[in-house]
Amino acid sequence: MTNSGIMTEATTPAGSVLERGRSATTAELGNRAEWIRLRTIDLIDQAGGGHYSSTFSVAELYSVLYYHTMRLRHSEPKWVDRDRFLLGKGHAAIGLWPIFADLGFFPVAWLDGYGTLGSPLTDHPNMRTAPGTDFSSGSLGHNLSVGVGIALAGRANERDYRTFVLTGDGEIQEGQVWEAAMAASHYGLGNLVAIVDANGYAGGDGSTSVTMNIEPIADRFSAFGWNTVEINGNDIEEVVAAFDELPSPSSKIPTCVIARTMKGKGVKMMELAPNAWHIGKLLTGADLVQARDEIESRIR
Amino acid sequence: MTELSTEEKMEDIFSEESVKRAAQARNIGAELSRLNDVRGDVAVLVADMGVVAGEFRQRHPTHFFDLGIAETNTMSVAAGLAAEGLIPFTMLMSCFGMLKCAEQIRTDVASNHLPVRIVARGTGLALGFFGTSHHTVEDIAIARSITNMTVVAPSDFNAFLSLVESTIDLPGPVYFRMSSGAEDASVYDSVPVIERGRFMTVRPGSDVTVIAIGNGVVAALGAAEVLAGEGVSVEVIDAAYLKPVDEQAILRAAEHTGRILTVEEHNVIGGLGTIVAEVLGRHRAPSLLKIFGLPDEDLAVSWPAVLIEHYGLTVTGVLEQLRQLLAEEK
Repeated sequence: MTNSGIMTEATTPAGSVLERGRSATTAELGNRAEWIRLRTIDLIDQAGGGHYSSTFSVAELYSVLYYHTMRLRHSEPKWVDRDRFLLGKGHAAIGLWPIFADLGFFPVAWLDGYGTLGSPLTDHPNMRTAPGTDFSSGSLGHNLSVGVGIALAGRANERDYRTFVLTGDGEIQEGQVWEAAMAASHYGLGNLVAIVDANGYAGGDGSTSVTMNIEPIADRFSAFGWNTVEINGNDIEEVVAAFDELPSPSSKIPTCVIARTMKGKGVKMMELAPNAWHIGKLLTGADLVQARDEIESRIR
Repeated sequence: MTELSTEEKMEDIFSEESVKRAAQARNIGAELSRLNDVRGDVAVLVADMGVVAGEFRQRHPTHFFDLGIAETNTMSVAAGLAAEGLIPFTMLMSCFGMLKCAEQIRTDVASNHLPVRIVARGTGLALGFFGTSHHTVEDIAIARSITNMTVVAPSDFNAFLSLVESTIDLPGPVYFRMSSGAEDASVYDSVPVIERGRFMTVRPGSDVTVIAIGNGVVAALGAAEVLAGEGVSVEVIDAAYLKPVDEQAILRAAEHTGRILTVEEHNVIGGLGTIVAEVLGRHRAPSLLKIFGLPDEDLAVSWPAVLIEHYGLTVTGVLEQLRQLLAEEK
């Protein structure tokens, strides 16, 4: 692929502050999402395993958060005033690694070692090894609680950063998520944003709500005292609008963005059989070519 | 088992001793307040047990968080605070604080090397009146097998103060195993210096060694006093640090007396006795070893004092164990 038309921070000077709501066109952010899908395919191919469909459902969310919404500082992943991002559904970390390299959080060459023994970049993210990872994950249901702690620390330390926590929709079957939801509204954490990747499928038994009903997600968060916004999470304009309209971090009500997405979004064979592509299946031969062609054809 | 009348049971709750214990529990809040006055980075988290840190809550309201009856959330929230540079003390009932939160402690706290302090109150049989759910006799086994965890067992409040201070800058997590004695017993007249990974010899002796934790230290000191009257010299060691453990102290005792009794308010599997056995085995140190603790069976339910007596974690009980050990041939 070429990089034409795909925005990048690769040439941004180290130390530059990437402000909240910085300029990016819908086309640029959409292209970036497709780039995330392509790089995910590359890395899974290289490692011999990984979660395609879980990552494809959040590609637009990643693109908008890291190239438009979040306040960051190039090459300084631990900058104290950055907005934080926690990936509750840690199995989609593979889509973050190319972004973090592009933002200068670690050398692009690190991506070459993905999947090998000793690589700092792992299937689920490890904050101790992968710069840019604001908290480790792997055990579903923990990260919203951790996000509450980080948001509370923001208040105690008088910092105005936002804390975003992206959970899977299967993840909200975990009871601890609701303990955290209760605490977030109790403590008035307007600096906390939960994003539920409502792709409708959990990893093991298929359709999320057939396994254990989680709907209506918005009503449930609303009943726990949260603002809720429901969007098409694969539509760049809707994602941008939802994040642009977040209340101030100093406000008193946490916000939950329910992102209705498609598991496997962007590659037809995965959209049609999202769970078959959750883990264990590898794109090879003609399938690999077709998947890449499909994605590249959408880059404008 | 000793029978207590209803009046006596009520007295147990409202006795001078219980009130004193409550007052000292509040002192934990005073100590942490004092620390935060100096440092500004201490936070206290409770799960509906705010009274134990009352003074901290009053003096440092921006650093005090009651998360309600939701222990696992409390532990993960603490991890988040620690990731942002605070030193959170989670004050939880041990049965829920360690057992229920074992995974959050391992995954969110310890794996990430975060400086969360887990103050587990009411370990062993201390909450045994309330039912089997409230016994905490597995916590050392769990805590010590978690990588990066420091495990300490203060035998009195002075030891607790010492351990809080000396571990405050430790980059990883610390598990404080608080026996009821950690809040009301008296082993040290003043705040002792307890070096990392060191046991404390609280009574020198040459015939037999008791290595004990928590309430066992006081029982061992009592038993040692009785045996001194019979001409038997008992060394009593307070195993304040369980991880890292004082291997040299254990090996010294093996060489010095060759008879070691361990005393703990914990299942005999996986706790202090196991630790000592591992060290002796690893170093092929020849010594008699008697592990005395709570049996691996369904434990009885009653008032703590009754349970302690029932299971022999008393001066009389330790004395009996020591006599048996002294009668054994080397």
